[in-house]
Amino acid sequence: MAAPPRHSSMMSTSNAGTLQSSTTDRQQAPQQLPTPQPTQGLRVPSNRKTIYDRHLNRSRNAESSRASFAYLFGEMVTYAQRRVTGIQDLEKRLNEQGYPLGLRLLDLLFYRSTSTSSSALSSSSTSSSPPNRPLRIITLLHLIHGPLWRLLFQRSADALEHSVSPDTPNEYMITDNDPLVNTYISVPREMNMLNCAAFVAGIIEGVCDGCGFEAKVSAHNQPTEMWPSRTVFLVRFGDSVMEREKVLERNGVK
Amino acid sequence: MSYYFTILSPTDTPIFNIAFGTSKGGGDGIARFRFPDTAQYMNQFIIHSSLDIVEEAQWTNGGMYLKHIDTYPPAAAYISAFLTPSGARFLLLHQPPQLPSGSSSGLGSSSLLGSSASTTRASSSSVAANPTSPQTEEAVRQFMNEVYESYVKTSMSPFYKQGMEIKSPVFRTKVTGAGKKWL
Repeated sequence: MAAPPRHSSMMSTSNAGTLQSSTTDRQQAPQQLPTPQPTQGLRVPSNRKTIYDRHLNRSRNAESSRASFAYLFGEMVTYAQRRVTGIQDLEKRLNEQGYPLGLRLLDLLFYRSTSTSSSALSSSSTSSSPPNRPLRIITLLHLIHGPLWRLLFQRSADALEHSVSPDTPNEYMITDNDPLVNTYISVPREMNMLNCAAFVAGIIEGVCDGCGFEAKVSAHNQPTEMWPSRTVFLVRFGDSVMEREKVLERNGVK
Repeated sequence: MSYYFTILSPTDTPIFNIAFGTSKGGGDGIARFRFPDTAQYMNQFIIHSSLDIVEEAQWTNGGMYLKHIDTYPPAAAYISAFLTPSGARFLLLHQPPQLPSGSSSGLGSSSLLGSSASTTRASSSSVAANPTSPQTEEAVRQFMNEVYESYVKTSMSPFYKQGMEIKSPVFRTKVTGAGKKWL
């Protein structure tokens, strides 16, 4: 490995020195590359591998480092915190950062479970048959609680509940006792309402919306003695979803 | 067979279109629609009109591949649909080749409605060109799955937002390749 010594030597030089060395690196680079094929201005990486040539399952069991994730997430929170008007605004921005991720994860999740027959999405489905798109609320929530959580955090969520209040039949709760995103986030006392898992709430919202279940998802602190950072994700489905749910129930759609 | 394939975003924006012909049985992969002068817009029209049926079928069938869902007899157009979990629709219009017996006497678009219903029935008797046979369904399913893989790769790109047009020439080659392989 040549990288570490070079890195340390760069550390010893001044800032300007590193800048120069990196620019000279860049100047040398095109000479080493093979001449790119003339495809209408399309720039292909030097190894000729576009994203379409890479296998989606290759990183299936690969985990990213927790330290780098914590660092990146910290930066995301800082970024979202710029020029916000309040805690709600900050949570909204975190939510918006997670939303597109949810849409993508959904496709990836289904792709991975169709291409490999071994670990099917739901435990009940037989191998090799592709998983079904969730049509009912319960199947969707199980998808989030199980496969999605496992994809993100390597474990299932801790609880899945339906609101007991008759006024709010459209509310469901997913509980995570110790959310990974909050592990290295310390919230100042005056902002104790803030829960940075709003990012994860955004992911859930993306998944619900992607499946055609219009929903609002928010993250709430509900600490207990044992789990000080316990977080409840409140999923509130829209009226259209509840209406459709009734029709589907009547038709016996599972 | 001639094919017209389109991808619609969850908000019904067309994000990818391609027309191609069969490569099986000595086909050269060039689309030859029955009414070439109107095909360009009629195909889009027919495909989009099947969206209502897709949206109906979407909540009764949980599978991603919804199989053959719609037929437009005047143009002998068969439409198969595939739904991605995130709400994008893949629609494939396929049109079996016109049999030589089925009057090549210059079908104008005016006489479009009358004579082609009979050719539909005639062509469905031959298995190779039968768009509703299990073999065709299977081939279309394989094609859809292969496109789905490329679509997931596109959507995983950090520079791609859902609903954006897919312009990548690599994606186009991938779809063409899948069409060559299966259809």
